Amino acid sequence: MVDLIVVPLLKIVVLIVAVLTAVAYMVLLERKVQAWVQVRLGPMRVGPHGVLQPVADVLKLLIKEDITPSRVDRWVFTLAPIIVLVCAFWVFAVIPVGPTVELFGREVSLQLTDLNVGLLYVVSIASLGIYGTILAGWSSNSKYPLLGSLRASAQLVSYEVAVTMTLVTIILLTGSLSFNRIVEVQRDMGVWFAFLQPVAFFIYFVGGLAETNRAPFDLPEAEQELVAGFHTEYSGIRFALFFLAEYTNMIVVSAVAVTVFFGGWLAPFPNVGWLSWLGYIPGWMWFVIKVFGVLYAFLWVRATFPRYRYDQLMRLGWKVLIPLAIANVIVTAAVKVWWLS
Amino acid sequence: MGEGVAFYLLAALILACGVAVVTVRSAVHSVIFLVASFLLVAMLYVLLHAEFLAVIQVLVYAGGIMVLYLFVVMLVNLKRAPEQRVDPRRRDRLGILVGGAVLAELVAIGLYAFMQPLPASPPAETVAGANNIERVGWLLYTDFLVPFEVASVLLLVALIGAIVLAKREL
Amino acid sequence: MSTPGSQSLFDTDELVINMGPQHPSTHGVLRVVLKLDGERVIDADVVIGYLHRGVEKLCESRDWTQIVLITDRMDYVAAATNNLGYVETVEKMMGIEVPRRARYIRTILSELQRLASHLIWLGTHAADIGALTVFLYCLREREYILDLFEEFCGARLTYNSMRVGGLPGDLPPGWDRKCLELCDIVDQKVPEYETLLTQNRIWLNRTKGIGVITAEQAVALGFSGPPLRASGVLRDIRKDEPYAAYEEFEFDIPVGEAGDTYDRYLVRLEEFRQSTRIIRQAIEGLPEGPIIGKVPRLIKPPAGETYHAIESPKGELGYFIASDGKSLSPYRFRVRPPSLCNLQVLPTLVRGHLVADVVALIGTIDIVLGEVDR
Repeated sequence: MVDLIVVPLLKIVVLIVAVLTAVAYMVLLERKVQAWVQVRLGPMRVGPHGVLQPVADVLKLLIKEDITPSRVDRWVFTLAPIIVLVCAFWVFAVIPVGPTVELFGREVSLQLTDLNVGLLYVVSIASLGIYGTILAGWSSNSKYPLLGSLRASAQLVSYEVAVTMTLVTIILLTGSLSFNRIVEVQRDMGVWFAFLQPVAFFIYFVGGLAETNRAPFDLPEAEQELVAGFHTEYSGIRFALFFLAEYTNMIVVSAVAVTVFFGGWLAPFPNVGWLSWLGYIPGWMWFVIKVFGVLYAFLWVRATFPRYRYDQLMRLGWKVLIPLAIANVIVTAAVKVWWLS
Repeated sequence: MGEGVAFYLLAALILACGVAVVTVRSAVHSVIFLVASFLLVAMLYVLLHAEFLAVIQVLVYAGGIMVLYLFVVMLVNLKRAPEQRVDPRRRDRLGILVGGAVLAELVAIGLYAFMQPLPASPPAETVAGANNIERVGWLLYTDFLVPFEVASVLLLVALIGAIVLAKREL
Repeated sequence: MSTPGSQSLFDTDELVINMGPQHPSTHGVLRVVLKLDGERVIDADVVIGYLHRGVEKLCESRDWTQIVLITDRMDYVAAATNNLGYVETVEKMMGIEVPRRARYIRTILSELQRLASHLIWLGTHAADIGALTVFLYCLREREYILDLFEEFCGARLTYNSMRVGGLPGDLPPGWDRKCLELCDIVDQKVPEYETLLTQNRIWLNRTKGIGVITAEQAVALGFSGPPLRASGVLRDIRKDEPYAAYEEFEFDIPVGEAGDTYDRYLVRLEEFRQSTRIIRQAIEGLPEGPIIGKVPRLIKPPAGETYHAIESPKGELGYFIASDGKSLSPYRFRVRPPSLCNLQVLPTLVRGHLVADVVALIGTIDIVLGEVDR
C-alpha cells in the first residue's frame, strides 16, 4: 500500500514543487544572465539582488485581471494553456533525478516510474503539447495569434523529427528505451554520449532550442513581428500558465539532454584518482548542476544570436538537421553492426 | 477486478468521445474529442501491458496525424462546403451504404470470434517487458513485411498526390 | 491561376493585417497595412500622420531665432543636424559669414550626431532582427555622446545647439580631449558589434538579398543618404555641395553594390569609421577665433526663397524657406525630411518578402517618425 500509493504521491508532490521553484528561479536567472551579458544589473529591487523577484512576479500574475476576449471560443481558450502545462509536467514522470537511495529505511528510486519505453514516452508527450499552442492561436479568434500558432506547430512538428532521430542513435547504442538503463550504459562504457555522439548532441540541442521556441528560433512569439504570437490574447493566470509551460519545457529539454547525453546523475571523472571526491556529492545534485549548465547555454545563445526567419528555420530543419540526423543513425548502425560485433 | 473496472470505464469514455466527434457543431471541437478518444485508446493498450503500442498510438495518431487534421480544419474555410451542390438524398444513400458495410464487418468479426475457440493466453513474460518492442519489430519485418511495405508505398503515393494538388505551379 | 468564379479547396484567401500603430516594431507611431498571402507580402500601404504636430505651420508663426528650437523636435535622435540645416539656410538667405572655428565645431557636432543616430539605428535594427544584446551595447556608447552634448549645450536630446551666424557658446575646457577619447571608444566598439553580426550566418541570411533596390530605382524613388549609397550611387552632400567645414577634411564615402539590407548595414558601419576620422581631423585642426559671426540685432532675411540641404544621418535634409522681407517669421517654411522620402520606398521594398522581413526593412531605411510626420 505504502509503496503503491504513498511513495509515488510524495514523489509527485516533491517533484512538482521542485520544478515550480526551479521555473520561478529560471526566470530570474534568465533576466540576470541576459543583464550580465548586456552590461546591466537586471532585477535589483525586490530583495537583495532581486532574489525575491519570482515571488513578486507570481503574485502579480495571480492578482491580475484574467480577461477573456468577447469573441473567443471560451471552452478551447481555457483548455489550451492547461494542455501545454500538463504536457510539460507529464514528462518528468520518467526522468531519473538520481540513483536509488535509502530513505527512512526504505529503498526509494529518485524517479517516478521507470517506463521501459521512457524515451518514446517523452517524445510522444512532447508532441501532445503542440495542441495547446495550436488551439490557443485558433481559439483567440485574432490574426496575430493564428499566425503565431501556425508557425509554432509547423516548427514543432518538423523539429521533432530531427530530435527523435537523434534519440534513435542513442537507442542503437544502449539497446533500451529506459532512461535508467541509458544512464547505466553510460556508466558502464565510461563515456558520456555527448562525446560519443557529438553530432547527435548538436542536433538535439538545436532541435531543443527550436522545440522550446527559444532564440534564435523564437518565431512563434517573435515580439518584433507577431506581437506575442499565440498567447497575444491571454492575460493574468492563463498567460502565466503559458509562461510556466515555456520554462518547464526548457527544463524538460535540459533534463533529457543531461540524462541522455551527459550521464544523468553520474559524477564526472570517476576514473581520475585525485578527483574521486567528486563522487561524494549526491547524484541528484549532479543532475541539478548539469541541468542548470544546459539551461545556461540556452540563455547564452539567446543573448548572442539574432532571430531566424520562418522559411529559413524550416529549411534548416528539413534540409540540414533531418538529413544529418538520418545519416548519423545510419553511420552509427553500420559501426555497431560491422565493427563492434 | 480493478482491471475490469478500468476497462469498462475507458470503453465508455471512448464511446462517449466517439459520439461527441460526430455530434458537436464545431469541427475543431470534434478534432479535440477525436484526440481524446485516441488517448483513451492508448490507455487501453497500457492496460494490456502493451506500453510500446500505447506510446506509438500517442506519438503517431494523437501527436502527428491529428495535428495535421487540426491544421486542415483550421485553415480550410468550412463555411464554403455547404454551398457546393450536394444532393441530400445521395448523401443519405451513401451513408446507409457505408454504415451497412461497417455493420456487416462488425457482425462478421463477431461471428468469427464466437466460432473460434478462445486462444490460450500466451505466457506473461513474452508479452510484458522490454520484449514488447522487439516482438513488434520482429513481426513487422518478418511475418508482416509485405503489408508493411505496401502501406509505406501507399503513404508515399498519398504524399505525392497531396503535393501535386496543393502546389500552385510545379 | 485561379479565377474568382472557380475557387477550389486549396485556394488561400488574402489576409490583411495592420502592422501598427500598436505594434512593437513600428516605432510606436507608424502603421503599415499589409496584404498577405500566407506569410508573403503582396502589397503594403504605409499610413503616416500619427505624430503630426504641424511643425512647418508652427515655424511660420515663430520668429527666426525661435525656429531652431522647433527643428530639434523633428528628427529627435539627430537634433544637431536639424539645427545645422536650418541655421545654414538662414545664413545663406542673409549672406552671413560664419567664423571658421564655428564651422569646425558645427562639423564636429554633426558628425557626433551621425554617430549617435547610427548607433540608435544599429541597435534598433539588430533588435528588430532579434539580437537584443547589440541594442543595449549601442545605447551604452550613445550615452557617452549624449554626455558630450550635455556638456556643450546642457541638453541630452533636444539640443538647440546652433544659432544663426554661429554657436550659442564655445566648447567647454577639456571637451576636445573627451571627444577624442570617444572616437577611440567608438573605433574600438564598432568592430566588437561586427563580431556579433557581420559574419553571423543568421544575420547574413536575414539581410543578404533582402529588399534589393537598384541604383536606377533608388534615384527614381528619391532615396537619399546611406540607403542610396548602398545601391551604388555615389552621392553625399558633404562631398558634392560641401557645407560647414567639410571641404577641409579628408574622408571617404562608402558605397555599396547590391543595394540590399546587408549593404545598407555595411555602408552605415563604414560611416562610423569615417565620422570618427572627420572628428579627429577637426579637433586636431581646430582654429582659434570667435564662434559667432556678424549678425544683425534683428534677424530678418530679405525677400526671396532659398533651398539648402545637408547630409543628415538619414539622408538629404533640405529646408525650403521663403521670406517676404517684412515680417519677423518665415512666409513659407518647408522641410524635405529624409525619413519621409525614404519611407515611401517601403512598399517597393517589402513586396514579395515575408512578414518577418518587413520588420528588418523598416529598420534598414532608418526612419524617425517625428521627422516623417513633422
